[in-house]
Amino acid sequence: MSATNLHMYALATPLIGAFAVMVVGRFSRRAVAPMVLGILSFSFAAALAVFLQVLSGGGFRYVVGNWLAPYGIELSVDHLGSLMQLLVSGVALTASVSAVKSVAKDLEERQHLFFTLYLILIAGLHGLVLTADAFNVYVLLEIASITAYGLIALGRGRAVVSSFNYVIMGSTGACFYLLGIGYLYILTGTLNMADLARIIPTLESGAALATAFAFCIVGLWIKMAFFPLHVWLPNAYSDMPDGAAVLVAPLMTKVTIYLMIRFMFSIFSPAYEFIQHAGVQQIVVGVAALGIVCASAMAIAQKNLRRMLTYLIIAEVGYMVGGVWLANAQGMTGAILHIVNDALMTLCLFLAVSAIAYHEGALDFDRLRGLFRRMPVTMAALVVAALSMIGVPPTCGFFSKWYLLLGGIEAGQWLYVGALIFSSLVNAVLFFRVIEIAYFRTPDEVAHGSGHEALQVREAPAAMLQPLVLAAAALIGVGLATGPLVQHVIRFAVPVGF
Amino acid sequence: MEAILSEIIAKYNYWIYVVLMMVGFYAMIGKNNLVKKLLGMNIFQTAIILMFISSGVKKGGLIPVLDKQAALEHGVNSALINNPVPHVLMLTAIVVSVSVTGVALALMQRIYRRYGTLEENEILEKIDR
Amino acid sequence: MKKDHSLPQDRPIGPSLIIEVAVRIMIPFIQLFGLYVIAHGHYSPGGGFQGGVVLGASFILMAIAFDLKTSLRFFSLRANAVMASSGVFIYSGTGVLCALMGGLFLDYSALDAIIPLGPVEWRSMGVFVVELGVGLAVTSIMASLFWDLSSGGDMDKGL
Repeated sequence: MSATNLHMYALATPLIGAFAVMVVGRFSRRAVAPMVLGILSFSFAAALAVFLQVLSGGGFRYVVGNWLAPYGIELSVDHLGSLMQLLVSGVALTASVSAVKSVAKDLEERQHLFFTLYLILIAGLHGLVLTADAFNVYVLLEIASITAYGLIALGRGRAVVSSFNYVIMGSTGACFYLLGIGYLYILTGTLNMADLARIIPTLESGAALATAFAFCIVGLWIKMAFFPLHVWLPNAYSDMPDGAAVLVAPLMTKVTIYLMIRFMFSIFSPAYEFIQHAGVQQIVVGVAALGIVCASAMAIAQKNLRRMLTYLIIAEVGYMVGGVWLANAQGMTGAILHIVNDALMTLCLFLAVSAIAYHEGALDFDRLRGLFRRMPVTMAALVVAALSMIGVPPTCGFFSKWYLLLGGIEAGQWLYVGALIFSSLVNAVLFFRVIEIAYFRTPDEVAHGSGHEALQVREAPAAMLQPLVLAAAALIGVGLATGPLVQHVIRFAVPVGF
Repeated sequence: MEAILSEIIAKYNYWIYVVLMMVGFYAMIGKNNLVKKLLGMNIFQTAIILMFISSGVKKGGLIPVLDKQAALEHGVNSALINNPVPHVLMLTAIVVSVSVTGVALALMQRIYRRYGTLEENEILEKIDR
Repeated sequence: MKKDHSLPQDRPIGPSLIIEVAVRIMIPFIQLFGLYVIAHGHYSPGGGFQGGVVLGASFILMAIAFDLKTSLRFFSLRANAVMASSGVFIYSGTGVLCALMGGLFLDYSALDAIIPLGPVEWRSMGVFVVELGVGLAVTSIMASLFWDLSSGGDMDKGL
């Protein structure tokens, strides 16, 4: 097995495995879970090997099918790309340990079909973080989105309507991106990212180029649920089956933010006038700050734990987009670090929610009373994730927020800095409210003296606790390892010129 | 006024496709019926596909299908031949469009079976109840 | 989808001899043309998706002209699932096989080690193999999309 193809094996294994699961799952339902875990473990091992190789040897470019660039499709495995691939495969593996358990309970008959879509989604995400061809991004984005539409529709209640809304909005975003790429192709004649980066500074048509840039960026904003284009996300992510939510919620928006970074800095350089224009920066960072404030405010109004978390995802997207558009090194470092940290935090939170929902069912705040007695390990992990969202050292959330704050102060974007601090306070209020309900309030049955079994320890199954504990430990571990992470990986990912 | 009119007439194909795109976009957002929204999405995507393809056409251009013997003997003058790359890209875009349409139609069947209607306001009423 | 409140004169027309005979003659030629389009994808206009759609359309024509059950009799659900999966296996498997043989992913000239045809010839043949896989997958997906949507999931009575 040639070492240069490892990242492709990490991509191809989930793709072939998806259809293998579909075929094998028709005959033997018990073989589905081991197959999925085996496939994702192999994919994670390959991604880890690629990451170590890039750390020691530097990034490399890879042409698919040996058709040379700029005619063929090129992949670029550099520091940022391999870090993202490691993140995607790691989160996928951790999430799937919990997903096999919760899907076996929610969807007994259609497990193999669920995991077919699941594995194709993971393959699409791997492709998105590797590719260096602008049109390939559209194709893989749609692969990931279409499988996500299908996964959402397998949920409960009004899931089909939420999925249809997501279909309409997601297709609009992808079509805008396609339109932007069309303009770029008409202007430059090429679709390879490196080639575009070479040709674009030589063009003089400011209006057409700016239109292409605007269309692509707005298309990506719709896909990542940037305020005010976020309307589809709370419904879609709340109505998903739990096994899908632990995969989609941490990854989809973060990979789209990575795509925005790639688009802005690998195709258009940091010196592009649209990015450097102070007015545009002010507007985008201002909208990001507004988004953080509004999403946090809407999160306070929620009475359901899962919906509250989806609004927090929207606020986190605001952090990252604002951090990228601050256009300085601190902001970029903070944004990239926050991609990693937010994926882990969201993973930990949704794993906890999935574990609570396994026995409880619904997640309204009344059902959470006395949960600390019943599910101590789950709630401990939730507390760690909550501390990370608030930004308490040594969890990872503190360090990325620190970088973003420094970047905001340096760029003079006081609205953004204020929004970050406001969001930390609101997160503290939100999570302490949840902790207070779970810790100090007693369930109704116990208060009326009838149901002492409501205080028995009834934890989620071990298969759902292990990834949860691992994710919580990773929050602290990645936080402590922030220094080496920034020094050896992220420093190379920040574009030259900042 | 003259300059604008001559601009529009010179690039009339792009203007037609932009109008088509906006028709589809309005249908996606403004219509109440889910089937009409889906058709609007299809019109929008088709207009983008047509715009891509029309960008590769040249006046008096030949079809991009080469005769193997003639190409090997005389070489190929690419300036005379219509650009085939947008065609290939748009094939992929058509596949994506078909897939999304298929998923959306399947979703609409489930919605109809569950709520008995395909009008968005009625569906939202039934959900809130 | 199954509420049939219609009056007798509004119900669909029953079997029609002309349509049945005409379609029965046309379908083999349509399928042959679909296979031709798939097989010529690497050489002239055509390819996996295009030929697959034509092939799938032949089964849809059968379902419309005759009956959904007739179409299912000729192309069973099980064969459909097998063909879709095998199409993807052929396509991705070729890519991975090329990588295992020492080349890059989907680098067909590396397959020269298995069947010696020459690297340049293999780059042409490799595209054909991939198109074949894509064609199989697209055929089964087009047919199953139509069956699912027209029968509302029950696969008993179509349009």
